[in-house]
Amino acid sequence: MKVLVIEDEAELREIVKDSLVKEDYIVETASDFRSALDKVSVYDYDCILLDIMLPGGSGLQVLDLLKKEGKSDNVIIISAKDSLDDKLKGLELGADDYLTKPFHIAELNARIKAVLRRKQRDGKNTLEMGNLVLDLNERSLSINGESVPLNRKEFDILNYFLLNKNRLVSKNALAEHVWGDNTDQADNLDFIYSQIKNLRKKFLAKKAEVDFEAVYGIGYKLVEK
Amino acid sequence: MKLANQTLKYLSISVLVVIAVWSTIFYLFMLDVIHDNIDEELENQKRLIIQELASEAIVSPDLEFGINNYKVREISEQQAVKMQNVYKDTMLYMQDDDDPEPELEPVRMLTTAFEHKGLYYKLSIINSMIEESDLIKNLFYSVLILFVLLVVSIVSINKVVIQRLWSPLYRFLDQLTKFRLGKSGDKPAMDTNIQEFKDLQLAVTTLIHHNEETYEQQKQFIGNASHELQTPLAIMINKLEMMAETGGLLPEQSNTIAEVLNTAERLVRLNKSLLLLSKIENKQFLNNEDLSITQLVTHIADELEDIAAFKNIRINVGQQDELNVRLDSALANIVVSNLIRNALFHNMEGGEVNIAITENTLVVANTSAQTALDKEHVFSRFYKSDASSKGTGLGLAIVQAICNLYGFSISYHYDENQHIFKLDFRPA
Repeated sequence: MKVLVIEDEAELREIVKDSLVKEDYIVETASDFRSALDKVSVYDYDCILLDIMLPGGSGLQVLDLLKKEGKSDNVIIISAKDSLDDKLKGLELGADDYLTKPFHIAELNARIKAVLRRKQRDGKNTLEMGNLVLDLNERSLSINGESVPLNRKEFDILNYFLLNKNRLVSKNALAEHVWGDNTDQADNLDFIYSQIKNLRKKFLAKKAEVDFEAVYGIGYKLVEK
Repeated sequence: MKLANQTLKYLSISVLVVIAVWSTIFYLFMLDVIHDNIDEELENQKRLIIQELASEAIVSPDLEFGINNYKVREISEQQAVKMQNVYKDTMLYMQDDDDPEPELEPVRMLTTAFEHKGLYYKLSIINSMIEESDLIKNLFYSVLILFVLLVVSIVSINKVVIQRLWSPLYRFLDQLTKFRLGKSGDKPAMDTNIQEFKDLQLAVTTLIHHNEETYEQQKQFIGNASHELQTPLAIMINKLEMMAETGGLLPEQSNTIAEVLNTAERLVRLNKSLLLLSKIENKQFLNNEDLSITQLVTHIADELEDIAAFKNIRINVGQQDELNVRLDSALANIVVSNLIRNALFHNMEGGEVNIAITENTLVVANTSAQTALDKEHVFSRFYKSDASSKGTGLGLAIVQAICNLYGFSISYHYDENQHIFKLDFRPA
């Protein structure tokens, strides 16, 4: 999988790159409008992360070029501006998604996975890990071939963790993804703990080959046992 | 006091003074002219009397003023030499037709002397005078009538002038009163040829323009500052997340990272809330559609069920009338969500959130360990009832900003140990 990161802020570009390398993607980067245009016109990428405000031009122009070549459907726009206009324009130009800075690494991962999954449609729409199979169409979980009932929130949580296999999912990222992000209140996120506990019970009962590993105070990783 | 009345006050006082001074002078002049006239008459009479007496053989003394209005008395030569023509005002008993008995009336008297065949006589002639008190009385009434006439005409002229000339100013004032920075589209303007009003309009327009610029800059500054913070915050959070992922961290290290992360998240929330406020004020959300508030409430209450259950709080949606409102869906979501979350987060163990939807209102009430909040400030930015709260202090300010945008009204009161927030969707 080849991913291009177009972002002018060096530090952010490097972190995103490091994170994507962990996912075993081949990562290339571009830091300005010129080099971004060069790269997208010469190479094909499975996914492109595109910052809108670039030195030398607008990311939307890059998107325009990609659209003309019919390659804009794997673009995720990353913008500091949570602007509806930009969002609409971006999506109109065929971008797949729009992510507002600041974002969580886990969220970026999940969005990239979604783009990649759509690219390689092989009929199946499942996420697998160990003996776990999460069917996204049926919204159901089976462990070792046995169906395990999940409520809506549990399904969403597990889905998120399976998009971030072996990666840290912070409680903040999970709360935002599952419970919505227009929270004004910073309440303690201990209620997440009880949700994880419930899932863990179901894993143990069905002898799942995966488990949550707590990263003290921050969040959890879903790992294979 | 109105300008018209103020003008009237000063005008009437000045007119009164002017008329008083004028009438005194007029009176004195009149009196002088009357005296001159009478004196001339007396002079003439004297000549006629002396002529008359000269033709007679002897002058019989006539000691009383009779029909001739004069009296004659013999005097010595020395007295006669010393005597000069003397005019003086004096009083005499006279009886008019309408007087039952003689009354003292003012008269003008000329005293003089003449010689007749070697003998000397003193002659006194009288002529009736105008009664001064009558004159003053009549003059006073005329002056009073003049004054009233003047004041009445000033009032009516003033009224017409004010209606005609000042009407642009009053319309302008009215527009100015209704003008709101950043809200009103049209600037106050008046159609006038009067230079002072034109100057006023220019001054006001310049002032408004300057204020609007400042207001715009202020609004943009908050928006820009928040935008500029997004990238550094992204770097900070992502670096911490990557660091936490590396593994091999001691629990204390992990805990410190968690604390810094949470602080960064607070900053993000604060920043997002400020951006949201700035966007609401800039009217960047106006994709209005008909929304069912009832459905929205049920949905959000459902979403928050896990959190409520964890905190051992019951969310009760009581009365559920169908309530449809036309507004932006993102903003509707924020309003309802902020109200319910607010009720949930400022609650207590074993507490309740009670929601009621009527035809026009949404009421969200919650129990809390806290007593009544400050009504004046509960919707103010950065107001925190509890200083240790990690909220942004902007949640209810955002609700109010959205209400202001759509003309809804939001109110707070404390009743039966519940904090009650009532949102009325009828345009105020």
